[in-house]
Amino acid sequence: MNYFEVFGLPRRLGIDVAELQRQFYELSRRYHPDFHAGAPPDEQASALDASARLNAAYRTLRDPVARIEYLVRLEEGRETKEGAAVKAQAPPELLEEMFEIQEALAEAKAGGLDEGTRATLRAQRERLRERLREADAKLAGPLSAAWDAADDSGRPKLRELLKQGLATRAYLKTVIEDLGQALGEEEGTGEHVAHHRH
Amino acid sequence: MSRIIGIDLGTTNSLVAYVDEETGLPRVIPDAEGRMLLPSVVAFTPAGILVGEAAKRQLARRPQSTVYSVKRFMGRGYEDVKDELRYFPFAIRPADGIVRLAVGGHEVTPPEVSAVILRSLKERAEGHFGEPLEKAVITVPAYFNDSQRQATRDAGRIAGLDVVRIVNEPTAASLAYGLHRLREGVVAVYDLGGGTFDISILRVKDGIFEVLATNGDTHLGGDDFDRVLMLWLLEDIQARHHRELACRPVDLGHDSEVMQELRLAAEAAKIRLSAEERTRLVIPFEDFTYHREITRAELERLVNSLVEKTLGPCRMALADAGLRPDQIDEVVLVGGSTRIPLVRRRVQELFGQTPHSQLNPDEVVALGAAVQAHILAGGITNMLLLDVTPLSLGIETLGGVVSVLIARNTTIPTSAREMFTTSVDGQTVVDMHVVQGERELAKDCRSLARFELRGVDPMPAGMPKIEVTFLIDANGILNVTAKELRTGKAASIEVKPTYGLSETDVGRMVEESFQYAEADVEARMLIEVRNEADTVMTHVRRALKQAGDLVSAEERQRVTAALEALARARETSEPDLIRETTTELNRATEHLAEVMMDTALRQALGSQRAAEIMAGGVERGEHPPAQGNQ
Repeated sequence: MNYFEVFGLPRRLGIDVAELQRQFYELSRRYHPDFHAGAPPDEQASALDASARLNAAYRTLRDPVARIEYLVRLEEGRETKEGAAVKAQAPPELLEEMFEIQEALAEAKAGGLDEGTRATLRAQRERLRERLREADAKLAGPLSAAWDAADDSGRPKLRELLKQGLATRAYLKTVIEDLGQALGEEEGTGEHVAHHRH
Repeated sequence: MSRIIGIDLGTTNSLVAYVDEETGLPRVIPDAEGRMLLPSVVAFTPAGILVGEAAKRQLARRPQSTVYSVKRFMGRGYEDVKDELRYFPFAIRPADGIVRLAVGGHEVTPPEVSAVILRSLKERAEGHFGEPLEKAVITVPAYFNDSQRQATRDAGRIAGLDVVRIVNEPTAASLAYGLHRLREGVVAVYDLGGGTFDISILRVKDGIFEVLATNGDTHLGGDDFDRVLMLWLLEDIQARHHRELACRPVDLGHDSEVMQELRLAAEAAKIRLSAEERTRLVIPFEDFTYHREITRAELERLVNSLVEKTLGPCRMALADAGLRPDQIDEVVLVGGSTRIPLVRRRVQELFGQTPHSQLNPDEVVALGAAVQAHILAGGITNMLLLDVTPLSLGIETLGGVVSVLIARNTTIPTSAREMFTTSVDGQTVVDMHVVQGERELAKDCRSLARFELRGVDPMPAGMPKIEVTFLIDANGILNVTAKELRTGKAASIEVKPTYGLSETDVGRMVEESFQYAEADVEARMLIEVRNEADTVMTHVRRALKQAGDLVSAEERQRVTAALEALARARETSEPDLIRETTTELNRATEHLAEVMMDTALRQALGSQRAAEIMAGGVERGEHPPAQGNQ
């Protein structure tokens, strides 16, 4: 059973998150091990599995980007494993800017950062964050809508576009985090320090 | 399903509760004397084990064989705790793996000590219901890692309990509130107990308690507050009484009996300062009495940085939940340390709203454990707790880098699958190192266990395909299973917990626990009256030395005679005789105590009324002889 099926949803990217939450709560009442504590062991075990799958499905589908990554993997028939679906890749239009940042980062690693460079790196990080927001908005908005509207003949092309978008955001995220590390101002927000690098 | 009790196994105090079938409300079960809290103190005496009040009362006299705050050692290794060992009077031996305490002539592990506390609560509940009980829900700090949770479950097993659920303390508290009055919305539970700190952020909706994020520090609590105050007192005593102290054979800071008295006095003063602006400490020594007034502002200066340390985890939890402080609808305070006004102020500043603690912060976790127990027993069907795992779980890969399998704040139960293979031709065993934490390198994370997959069919390197499933169950505890995909057969796994007990260990301890059983009623009574006698005698000897010349020779003689009578009675095995003789000694010293107290107070206070001060100053260990048998 894939994550869409867990919720009885069609394989579409447009999802009403409030409705998803309501369904998640309702299904939790059905599957959560707490409500099967007095049941025979095999029933307990299957409740545990169902509950773990439900939690994974909810976690994946409630987040627009994770939802796209999952759908791409599903479409490509790859293992339903969490984590990045695509390799991080620099967007071509940013290559020059990225080159400069990488140079500054290498410098930072070799020696200290002076205040001027720090300010530049901070400004660059802010610009990249803005780009990341744009990339996410594009993925969750027009690209997702286009996928849902497309027929079988249009989907392969859209799948490539989605993958490109994912590759760009993965790249942006890594550079933003590297900048944070070089500046000694790691992202203390939600993002996991240990997550992204492998 | 049979009855399930809820247990709050705390650093300082533990409680047991159940849900009353008639009212549907949770209740704490008191002991025979009506006390709700069981001090989490265990004493190992030659005659048997003491637990609770009885153990706590003799803490200052037998510090080396009395264990307190054992929760701080649960699921930990020597390396983790060695820095604070000098503050504990009992010995801990350097060794690999789990911490081992040397007390009363034998070696015990933290789960065994906790088991003594659990067994006492189990018996309390059995006395209440008049029937044997086996099943329990036990609470742990939300930020407890896998080893600490396993250690708690092991403690339950050693105590003869079937631990049907390990539940997080702040979430348990939210369940207790949920039954009473929690509105729907986003709630932050700030839980500062005796030894641990947790912050949990939950969404409460339609009877579902969904934890959005949790964070904390499993080594931060009231104990640390007591410690800074205790060290400050020690310094002050050493500065002000260096002349009297010069002739002591042992340095004050290395005298574990004195340190225990100071610790208890510091704790009592800290508690009083939550209600009063200033308080007075009176601590008698052999040849002088230490007096000191301390204000709330002074205490706040001492503990300020500790309180600040709780705010970082709060901000992290908010960020993980994707929320700003002003998006929190309600802030609930849990744990005895949230009675400290400074803590309340800081929490209020952070969240921009007045936090509340309408349910007793000492009892609310136990009440919540009872609610969770009732849910599991099928007694409540409209409430459900969806909790998270507090720390990321990963495996060590090439170069010591961690590959995260399950991210922190993932709703549990949850599972992750990973493929493993061999790297050498004919290899039949595959190793995995599982860690928990947020750092990139395995060495900076918490090592949970090493798993050995055995019985892999010998094949060329890279050929076997072993699928390993890591499941974190609703207790927040990791379960690992493996399957060889080519053959479909389950692979056998040997688990070597880094900071835990093996199955064999636990089995042995369950058996031994009967051997180390708590002293039976008669023996316990004898131990208690003897302890009491010892305490009174110590105080009287000290009083005679200090203030003997303030009373008549005739009175001195009377007191000495009563003292000798008690010393003789103490050696008999007759509890009644010892108790009576103790009372007689107390009576004989009433006048001496008054004289001493008066003089001491007059010296210290000048014009202030003695009675006023006595009301505030004579609690706990620092009392004068006449109060010895209270």
